[in-house]
Amino acid sequence: MNESLKQYFFRIGDSNLIIGQRLAEWCSKGPTLEEDVALTNISLDNFGQARILFSHIAELENNGKTEDDFAFRRNEREFYNALITERPNGHFGDTIARSFLFDTFQLHFYTELCKSKNEFLAGFAEKSLKEVKYHFRHTGEWIVRLGDGTEESKEKIQESINDLWDFTGDMFATDDNIDALTKEGIAPDYTLIYQKWKNTVNEVLKRATLTVPEDAYMQKGSLDGRHSEYLGHLLGDMQYLQRSYPDAKW
Amino acid sequence: MKEQELFEHKIENEIKIEPKDWMPENYRKHLQRQMSQHAHSEIIGMQPEGNWILRAPSLRAKVILLAKVQDEAGHGQYLYSAAETLGKTRDIYIEELQSGKAKYSSIFNYPTLSWADMGAVGWLVDGAAIVNQVSLQRTSYGPYARAMVKICKEESFHQRQGYEIMAHMAQGTPEQKEMAQDAMNRFWWPSIMMFGPHDGESPRSGNAMKWKIKRETNDDLRQQFVDKTIGQAELIGLTIPDPDLKWNEERGSYDFGTMDWDEFWSVVNGNGPCNKQRIEHHISAHENGSWVRKAANAYAEKHG
Repeated sequence: MNESLKQYFFRIGDSNLIIGQRLAEWCSKGPTLEEDVALTNISLDNFGQARILFSHIAELENNGKTEDDFAFRRNEREFYNALITERPNGHFGDTIARSFLFDTFQLHFYTELCKSKNEFLAGFAEKSLKEVKYHFRHTGEWIVRLGDGTEESKEKIQESINDLWDFTGDMFATDDNIDALTKEGIAPDYTLIYQKWKNTVNEVLKRATLTVPEDAYMQKGSLDGRHSEYLGHLLGDMQYLQRSYPDAKW
Repeated sequence: MKEQELFEHKIENEIKIEPKDWMPENYRKHLQRQMSQHAHSEIIGMQPEGNWILRAPSLRAKVILLAKVQDEAGHGQYLYSAAETLGKTRDIYIEELQSGKAKYSSIFNYPTLSWADMGAVGWLVDGAAIVNQVSLQRTSYGPYARAMVKICKEESFHQRQGYEIMAHMAQGTPEQKEMAQDAMNRFWWPSIMMFGPHDGESPRSGNAMKWKIKRETNDDLRQQFVDKTIGQAELIGLTIPDPDLKWNEERGSYDFGTMDWDEFWSVVNGNGPCNKQRIEHHISAHENGSWVRKAANAYAEKHG
């Protein structure tokens, strides 16, 4: 298959896989039973989206590899997920802030991707958008509740957003490969998505009586497969059985 | 007709008791204890399986397991709601769990040590639970009976998924086979002890049978489970770790060996490998979520 498209599918699929794995860590640890289920529901959607992309790659390549080869047999440097998705869960506010910033990105990204000239991507975006609208509503409402809840919650969620801010720029990063796809009308225009993202984040944070952090240095590197130290540990857990028993079928 | 007579008349004639009906205080207490224990088991039961979600060996297995554990959270919610109709709030039931006053199924005090344990838990533990729950669909308290009908549908699905994992591993590489047999060896006896003590030694069984809260005795339910499971084990080439197991032509059932009740009571009373870990996990999640629940309440008060 077209290498540049494959790379782009990994970019989208990996972000979903990694944040899905992070959210799954919440299972049995949620602040309420209802929220436990809500966070893992989002996780299930993320895994579902990753699987659609990985199986599509497998289908196009048609060389015996499956979705699981892509999830379980690649190394850290071969993952292209946005850096924010691998940030550790921290407390509930940290997780909500991470999800909110990422869900808002996905909301606008998929809205634009629906117009892609690549039929598969457009269909994938349309289906995923339905799920992400719900994710965005859920995490956005928590931002407002925590921001406008108690003194303690306001302080906590503000700090979570401040801490994650440096990692937001990387979601909109492009390289020659993505720029070319944008020119062809396959990938959307990331400057446009950034503008829409910024507006929505400003709006929600305002409703939450929170302050929008100032843009300072933005971390980058995920498009080259350069990640934080956290990713290796996440993959260590996730890939353990497939790596330990390479001949086994599960 | 006096209240007590009306109650007995309903029990006699298989008419369900509903939340607003008069009921003897001990009937209420028995149900509060049994239903909350059932709800707690669903919630604590999320932990041993949750232990493998992050390490599931395929994406398909991961989403099936995650969805299954979510179902358990749902069953817990459903059972707490049903138990709340008896006049105690979920918060109080949870306090009782955390203080050790209320129990949960002792099986969850055993660790899950390999992926095959996900098969064993689904197949054997859920399998044993289903036998009990199917019987409880006919329990005399309406909300409990209806909860069981709903829960049984999902549980039988879980059991098939567990058996599928086990069958796959039992026919896999030598290492997988070993994991499958090892899981079988560790989970068999605790699973059949899930039905509780022998009928003669089960202190609360008498009233529960009389009031039709329980419909079948512990030993009858256990026998049903043993009889249906042995064929399934043979089919996938696993050995039941019981040298005394033998078909009894006369009874039309399997005879099986003696259960280690000292171990059972020791685990119930807190000495299992994971008792402390399970409760500490629950308390820590509860405490870590305290500021979040406060914030949600404060926001709701401000904005009605």
